Amino acid sequence: MEIDPLIFRLSIFILSIFVGYYVVWSVTPSLHTPLMSVTNAISSVIIVGAIIAGLSGNSDTIFNTSTIFGFLAIALAAINIFGGFLVTQRMLAMYKKKRKDKK
Amino acid sequence: MISANLSAIFYLVSGVLFILALRGLSSPETSRQGNFFGIMGMIIAVTVTFLSTGNFSSGFIYVLIFISLGGSIGAFIAYKIPMTAMPELVAGFHSLVGLAAVFVAISAFLNPQAFNLGFPGNIKLGSLIEMSIGAAVGAITFSGSVIAFLKLQGIMSGSPITFKGQHPLNAIILISIIALIYLLCSTQSANLFWILLGVSFLIGFLIIIPIGGADMPVVISMLNSYSGWAAAGIGFTLENTALIITGALVGSSGAILSYIMCKGMNRSFFNVILGGFGGTDEAKGSVSKEQRPVKSGNADDAAFLMKNASSVIIVPGYGMAVAQAQHALREMVDTLKKNDIKVSYAIHPVAGRMPGHMNVLLAEANVPYDEVFELEEINNNFANADVAFVIGANDVTNPVAKTDPQSPIYGMPVLDVEKCKSVLFVKRSLSPGYAGIDNDLFYKENTLMLFADAKKMTEDITKNL
Repeated sequence: MEIDPLIFRLSIFILSIFVGYYVVWSVTPSLHTPLMSVTNAISSVIIVGAIIAGLSGNSDTIFNTSTIFGFLAIALAAINIFGGFLVTQRMLAMYKKKRKDKK
Repeated sequence: MISANLSAIFYLVSGVLFILALRGLSSPETSRQGNFFGIMGMIIAVTVTFLSTGNFSSGFIYVLIFISLGGSIGAFIAYKIPMTAMPELVAGFHSLVGLAAVFVAISAFLNPQAFNLGFPGNIKLGSLIEMSIGAAVGAITFSGSVIAFLKLQGIMSGSPITFKGQHPLNAIILISIIALIYLLCSTQSANLFWILLGVSFLIGFLIIIPIGGADMPVVISMLNSYSGWAAAGIGFTLENTALIITGALVGSSGAILSYIMCKGMNRSFFNVILGGFGGTDEAKGSVSKEQRPVKSGNADDAAFLMKNASSVIIVPGYGMAVAQAQHALREMVDTLKKNDIKVSYAIHPVAGRMPGHMNVLLAEANVPYDEVFELEEINNNFANADVAFVIGANDVTNPVAKTDPQSPIYGMPVLDVEKCKSVLFVKRSLSPGYAGIDNDLFYKENTLMLFADAKKMTEDITKNL
């Protein structure tokens, strides 16, 4: 009997929780704010679902209720991706500047 | 168009890059590289999605339009936002992740063929369960984050909103969400799907309103965690490895941060979530207290004390963020350093409105991060320091947490500020802090209260140095 693919996804999920657990404990407390903004950015990888939804119409009906929700989700996720990564970069650059000052 | 297997491998790669993005944050040196890995992971995931749909028709143009629309809004916000507003920004971003998850779930529910999930009214059971969990958690994340945002932004009062029967009501709603998911999966009814979304929005709102302003570090971390679980739920629906890995990472990250924040207050997670802390008892407590004498001083006195010190420890808190005093503070410290006075910063885990809030503000003001210490690292140094300069912090310095088992904050780890030879306490008035209790530190012999706006006082001290 074959194993349901769901079980594999569940395995990835559970193992990723453990990876997340150990990786996040190693994050230095002074970078907890950038941690939040970067997790924000990466959780917006949900945009892949939004893109599939947005592209699900055919050439006659690009816009139907389903694709419109897809397009809206694309815009929301894009705000997060760009905003999240850029604001993280901006914050981390400030931590960098300090090192230069020290030298 | 690339095969499903190949795109699955690329999604795995982007999942690994996201892990490396978080790993990079273990030190400031590697953090920027980590952020780069994160961006790479995102680019790979989006590109692979385009390639795997193989649809470059007119719909594709609209996808690009919406990405650039959202992207430019996001970039604009990221460059404009002042660092003091980071908690609001993060709360706002969480709400968007939640809403995006809801929209993707709605889209998949209306048009399941596009995702290979079956047909409307006959969606595969497993997918429907995953979808409805993703949608419900996403909706809770959205409305909860909106409330957190409004509270942090000051549009809504930061004080807890409580009413009779609040907890039973929330419990009933939570149970009804589970019942709705069960019914939805057995009947495939679209109406139930909309009701489920509505009820989930409602509970997100109700969960956050009783939680007060200073508990926001826990709330933000918790919503961070929720946004991850919502993404993971959608990831299962879409059978997408990148989303599942990311959802799990973000979910556990937020959970760990909530745990660290709760530990920083010595309160259980449920105690925070049930809310109402520092609300009604406040009035009772302050009336019974007799007026005790305090010593207050001006910038001149403070400057004199610091000039004669050989080491100074700065204890920043939320008040520093409110007054935007971080730059003025750094200038003061620069002057102190010119006089060969050793200065370090002590940061309590729950100082500010989100994890690491103070660190970012100090970083913005160009404070070298090797002068900034966490509670455990620096707490023993207070006894050897000459002056503690408390700016905008209150409850986290209250010695009552160590001495009075009756106090609501008893057992909370606090900074041993009172062990310093002298304490300078910048505060606008004698009012109690968030916990609604008097700070014994105000009345100690070696404490000098500086009643003023944090920024103005710091600037005045610098002038007098």
